[in-house]
Parts: sequence; structure tokens; C-alpha cells
Amino acid sequence: MESLVLLVPLSVAVVFLIGWVFWRALQGGQFDDLDRPGVDVLSDDE
Amino acid sequence: MHVSENAAENSYNYTVVRQFAIMTVVWGVVGMLVGVIIAAQLLWPELNFDIPWLSYGRLRPLHTNAVIFAFGGCALFATSYYVVQRTSHARLFSDALASFTFWGWQAVIVLAAITLPLGITQGKEYAELEWPIDILITLVWVAYAVVFFGTLYKRKIPHIYVANWFFGAFILTVAILHLVNSAAVPASFWKSYSVYSGAQDAMVQWWYGHNAVGFFLTAGFLGIMYYFVPKQAGRPIYSYRLSVVHFWALIFTYMWAGPHHLHYTALPEWAQSLGMVFSLILLAPSWGGMINGIMTLSGAWHKLRDDPILKFLIVSLSFYGMSTFEGPMMSIKTVNALSHYTDWTIGHVHSGALGWVGLVSMGAIYFLIPKLFGRAEMWSVRLINVHFWVATVGIVLYIAAMWIAGVMQGLMWRAVGADGSLTYTFVESVKATYPFYAIRLLGGLLYFAGMLIMAYNVFKTVLAGKTFEAPIPAPAHA
Repeated sequence: MESLVLLVPLSVAVVFLIGWVFWRALQGGQFDDLDRPGVDVLSDDE
Repeated sequence: MHVSENAAENSYNYTVVRQFAIMTVVWGVVGMLVGVIIAAQLLWPELNFDIPWLSYGRLRPLHTNAVIFAFGGCALFATSYYVVQRTSHARLFSDALASFTFWGWQAVIVLAAITLPLGITQGKEYAELEWPIDILITLVWVAYAVVFFGTLYKRKIPHIYVANWFFGAFILTVAILHLVNSAAVPASFWKSYSVYSGAQDAMVQWWYGHNAVGFFLTAGFLGIMYYFVPKQAGRPIYSYRLSVVHFWALIFTYMWAGPHHLHYTALPEWAQSLGMVFSLILLAPSWGGMINGIMTLSGAWHKLRDDPILKFLIVSLSFYGMSTFEGPMMSIKTVNALSHYTDWTIGHVHSGALGWVGLVSMGAIYFLIPKLFGRAEMWSVRLINVHFWVATVGIVLYIAAMWIAGVMQGLMWRAVGADGSLTYTFVESVKATYPFYAIRLLGGLLYFAGMLIMAYNVFKTVLAGKTFEAPIPAPAHA
């Protein structure tokens, strides 16, 4: 079996999957505020 | 009954975090001990006592499996379960499944410790375990993914903290890598043959092998870094924006670095060059992340002076920076012609493993243990400091010895006389490497001693403390 025939399309598929997840996260507002989350994690008192 | 269930739902599941955190220390001691033994065998080959189970070829995969999957794996389980709960304000998706991942993973490790010395192996680096164990790994991993993503799904905080993205990518990618590379046809219960053959198999193996480095040993531990560095420093990450860019840039570009393990082999030239180019590109996101972590201390550098846990975390980042610079350089074909098959590679791997993965895990475990056992800090902060210095000196001795040995070997192997004949026989290069094997053993012993100090400190802390269950904060607007 030509392994590159498996690996190259698999990697391309993964890149599209990552792109799709990124797009969904972007549209879902995950990256709207990129300052506060960094501070919020500290106030999570333990 | 109803009340106690409710009480459980109002607190985080620290039980499984505690289990994995303790086993991180236990397997760290075991894995590093095996490393010291095989380093000693290279110096004194008689140390295999003519017992096949103790021969170098069988103990070496035991060492790599124990430190990567037992020590590193338990550290990843412990920290990811802790971080995903605390940043989501939600208890783990399923206590039963989480418990299954713990016992299942320990079973995998014990089976590895039995089968590898017996010589039962698929012969694939970092994927040696035979097919029945591979199936158990798959089951544990699916349960891990369900617990992790299930917890994210029920999160009370709308934003997904960046560390969780790294943990999530690590879990998903390792699942794909494991399934593709471990595809094999069983011949008997303890023997199977890869479905790929020859150069094809080599390509799949190193596609797996380097991505295991990238996603198991990098993305997962970056998840640790992005939570524990800000927490221990008491300051937000230098640039949260950069951490998001770091994540997406890293996972978009990682997949094709693998062929750099197969330079000058039967692999097509274009695939080799592709591997080299992608490896070079990786320098950018890697250093972005390294700078982001270290600069978190910008304006508060004094904290490094008296906080040994912070020393572990920040020095781990400098080793991350060093090895992610060295790696791309070594992937350049002309450099690789000198470095490949020499001990330079061993030095490179250990600067990443001891320096980055080891130190960042130890820092995170030192952070976690007191919190999991209801203590303000570790039993002895002084001993954390001792551990830090012993480990750091050990790493420096180890990698400096391997750098010198590696470059020397590469130069001796390529040296030719005026008539084109080789200047040195292979065994002459082995003889010349002897003193460096001794220095490496010393470095390894120091690093192992540091791990023993940690185990003692953790033991005393656990003894003095008692298990602690943290409540989940009530929603702020309520």
C-alpha cells in the first residue's frame, strides 16, 4: 500500500477539519474578547 | 442518597486527579531508573547479566514507554482533568469513565512492563506494544475523549480557556495517530505484522513518531504550561491573543515534520524535503509560545528568585525554546547528514524530554499535590529547590555530553583519507564515545536523584495532608 496515498489525503482532511473547527469557534464568539479570559483564569480561587 | 449525589455534583472530581498525580511520580521514578540502568549498560555491557529480559534492546523501549506514556501520560491525564474542570466550572462528565481511564491506563503500563522485557514487540518506536494492548489503549483513549469533551460540553463558562484547546488537540490527534500506525494483522495473540511494509511502513511510523512528539509531548504539555505558568506566577499569560495564534499556527503546521526522520533513505526526495520545510516552519509558532510563556514574568522577574516551582516552569520553557530551535536545524538535510544516527539525536531528545516535558510536569505536580491534599504548600519548599538544581545540573551534563559525542561520531564516520578510504573504523568511534557515556550516566543519575527527592517530598506532603474536594463556584450572576 502506498502509504503517502493514505497520509497526504488524511492530513489534508485534518487541515479542513481544523479550519472548520476554527471557523465555528470564531463564529461562536470564542475569540471576541482576547484580554479578559487570560485574567479570569487567575480569579478562580483555590 | 439524593443529597450526597448533589454534593458530589457541586464539587470537582479530584479523586482521579489525585490518582494520576501520584502515579506520575511513581512512574517517573520507575522510568528514570530504567533509563539510568541502560545508560550504565552502554558503559558496562556486563550489566545485562546475560539475562535476555535485562538486555539493552528490551529495556530501552521499556524506558521510553515508561517515561513518555506512564510518567508523561499520567501527568497529562492529571493536569487535563484538573484544568478542564476548573476552567469550565464543571465536574468531570462521568466519574465512572474517568475511573476507567485511570485503571485502564495503569493496566496498559503494567502490560508494557511485562511484555517488553519478554521481547514481545511490534518493533515500532514509541508504538512497540502488541495488538491486544493497542486495543486496550484505544478503549481508554475513547473514554478519555468522552470525559474531556463531555466536561467541556457541560461547562458553565462560555469561553474555552486556551489550555483546553491544546489538551483537546492532543487527545484527538493521538487517537488518529494510534489508529493509523498500529494497524496490524495479528498472527497470534502476542504477534502481529504491520499492514504496511518496507519504506511505506517507515513513512507511517515516522509520521506517527514525530506527531507523537508534536501532540503528545508538545501540545499536551503546552496545555499544562498555559494554565500552570500564569497560576503559579499569579499573573495573566503575557499575551492571550498570542496564545490563541500559537495554538492554531502549531496545529495547522505540525502534521508533516515526520519525514525528517527519514532523510537519505528510500523515501521519495520530495517527501524528505517537505518534512524539512515543515520542520523549519515550526520554529515560528514554537518560539511564539516559548516567548509568551517566559514573558508572563515580565516585570515580576524577582518571583523567580524565591519560588522554586516557578523555576521549574520557566526553565522548562527555555529548554522548550532550545529544543525547538535545535530540532528544525537538525532537520536541514545537510546538518542531518552529520547528526543522523549519532548521539546528538539522543541529546536533542533529552533536552526536550528532561528539560521541557520533565520539568514542566514536575512544576505542575508540585503545584497540584498540596491543593489536592488540602495543604498550603509542599512539605518542604527547600527540597523543591534542591530538586530543581540537581535536575538542571543533570540535564546540562547529559545534553552537553551527547552533543559532543554526537558531533564527534558524525565527524569520525565521514572522515576519509586521500585515497577515499575511511579514516576510522566504527568501533573506534564507539571507543571514543566512552567518556561521554560516563558523563551522560552521571547526568542521568542526578536527574533520577532529583526525582527521588520529589517522591520523598510528595510522600511527606500526602502523609501530612488529607484528601480535599474543592467546591464548584456558584454562577456569578445568581
